[in-house]
Amino acid sequence: MIDILILVAKIIGALVWLLVLTLYLTWAERKVSAVMQDRIGANRASILGLRLFGLFQPFADAIKMIFKEDFRPSFSRRFLHTLAPFLSFFFVAVTVSVMPFGDRIKIGGRTISLQVLDIDVGLLFVLAMLSLGIYGILLSGWASNNRFALLGGMRGAAQFLSYEVALGLALVGVVMVFPSLRLSEIVAAQGGLLFGFLPRWGVVLQPLGFFVFFVAALAETKRVPFDMPEGESEIIGFFTEYGGLKWGLFMFTDFMEIVIISCLTTTLFFGGWQVPWLGGEGFVFPGGGTWTLPTWLVTVFRVLAFNVKVAFFCWLQILIRWTYPRFRFDQLMDLGWKVLVPLGLVNIILTAAVLSV
Amino acid sequence: MKQAAAVLLEILRGAWITFRHFTVNMVFHTLRLFGIRTRRAGAVTIQYPEVKKPIPPRHRSLHRLVRRSGSDRPRCVACMLCATVCPSECITIEAVENPDPDVQKAPARFVIDLSRCCFCGFCVEACPEDALRMDTGRVDLAERDRGDLIYDLERLLQ
Repeated sequence: MIDILILVAKIIGALVWLLVLTLYLTWAERKVSAVMQDRIGANRASILGLRLFGLFQPFADAIKMIFKEDFRPSFSRRFLHTLAPFLSFFFVAVTVSVMPFGDRIKIGGRTISLQVLDIDVGLLFVLAMLSLGIYGILLSGWASNNRFALLGGMRGAAQFLSYEVALGLALVGVVMVFPSLRLSEIVAAQGGLLFGFLPRWGVVLQPLGFFVFFVAALAETKRVPFDMPEGESEIIGFFTEYGGLKWGLFMFTDFMEIVIISCLTTTLFFGGWQVPWLGGEGFVFPGGGTWTLPTWLVTVFRVLAFNVKVAFFCWLQILIRWTYPRFRFDQLMDLGWKVLVPLGLVNIILTAAVLSV
Repeated sequence: MKQAAAVLLEILRGAWITFRHFTVNMVFHTLRLFGIRTRRAGAVTIQYPEVKKPIPPRHRSLHRLVRRSGSDRPRCVACMLCATVCPSECITIEAVENPDPDVQKAPARFVIDLSRCCFCGFCVEACPEDALRMDTGRVDLAERDRGDLIYDLERLLQ
């Protein structure tokens, strides 16, 4: 009984964490991009005159979208048209369940892992769910009865399929170095030290793998350098025929993908919840000094470290989105198949060579 | 290979520009937030309704009719030059005999329809009596009702 309660609490906690972070990522994107362009950004939304740098903006957006007309183009497939945004939302939201937020903690003789589902194929689960997200894109393009939306959906599917290959190849190296598909074990394996001072993080062991993974992951979020599927400003994308809350769901999914990709990058390449030189008993610095900490403080530090890393990668993705122009579609395919896939293969061979020595 | 390295360098330089703007602006924003005076603000934005840009001295804004000195009547002698020169045809004048024996006419009605006005300032240039000026400094003239945009003699004299 109490196990079920703990599980429900973990599910609610993870979902609330994801949704709140995503909600405020929409605000952060506007503010960060504004600061990068010497502007101020959304700061007018207020409750009783209280502005707080526009922190209520996401709620204002949500209220606006809820009260918009639920438009459906004529001759569109009603069921598929409604299903598509929910599909893409669901398949992204469900991946948060395998993200390790922290180490196992002991409360009253009970061991609780700070992870909703500690399944042994966690990495494959994330990849599978992100791939299933294609269905949302394809269905929204197909069901809209708009040939431009259909083309946008096709572009999205082609891009996803191409970059999934590179993404998978990049992750093979990680799985070779930390021999597990269980995300909690991958994080635990990154706790050691290299040469006595360097944290044994994935990015140190797999720099090339990290590069390939991050570029492919950026393409998976379908944001600006890779935003061929939607191309909001010029080319017409797959959710052209959506309005109101359904469109909002697509946008929300986009931002949720940023969070998920940041989680995945952190977990696989930047030590997850690991803090450099922080063991279970406290800090053990490479110079020889130690700083003993109580266990609860170590846990707090680790959960905090995970959140800080995720926030950093969200910020980095916003920086990238507001810096670069969009690829042309053939350049996109070139980058995917002629650069990232060979680099991923080279990475696997190099990793195998180093491991076999 | 050489080309790929050059492209990678350009990519990094692009990221460096946005990163530099972000950090420098964030430093200024943070200093201003804690009340420290800085050389410049973190953003070039002017928060319009609260903060207004200074209007240059030769601007053209809402019209006003100048009063005759020692009187509360307008200087206008209803010569119709402004109504004639107006390219938008937004000035309507009805003349009556002026009670002052030295002046021939005075406007009974002087109406400017701002919903037509294009703020070219020709009326001000044409006026031989310097009775019409566009120096009130009022530029936010939007109204919810078209009727409120029609300025008659009394409103123009204010």
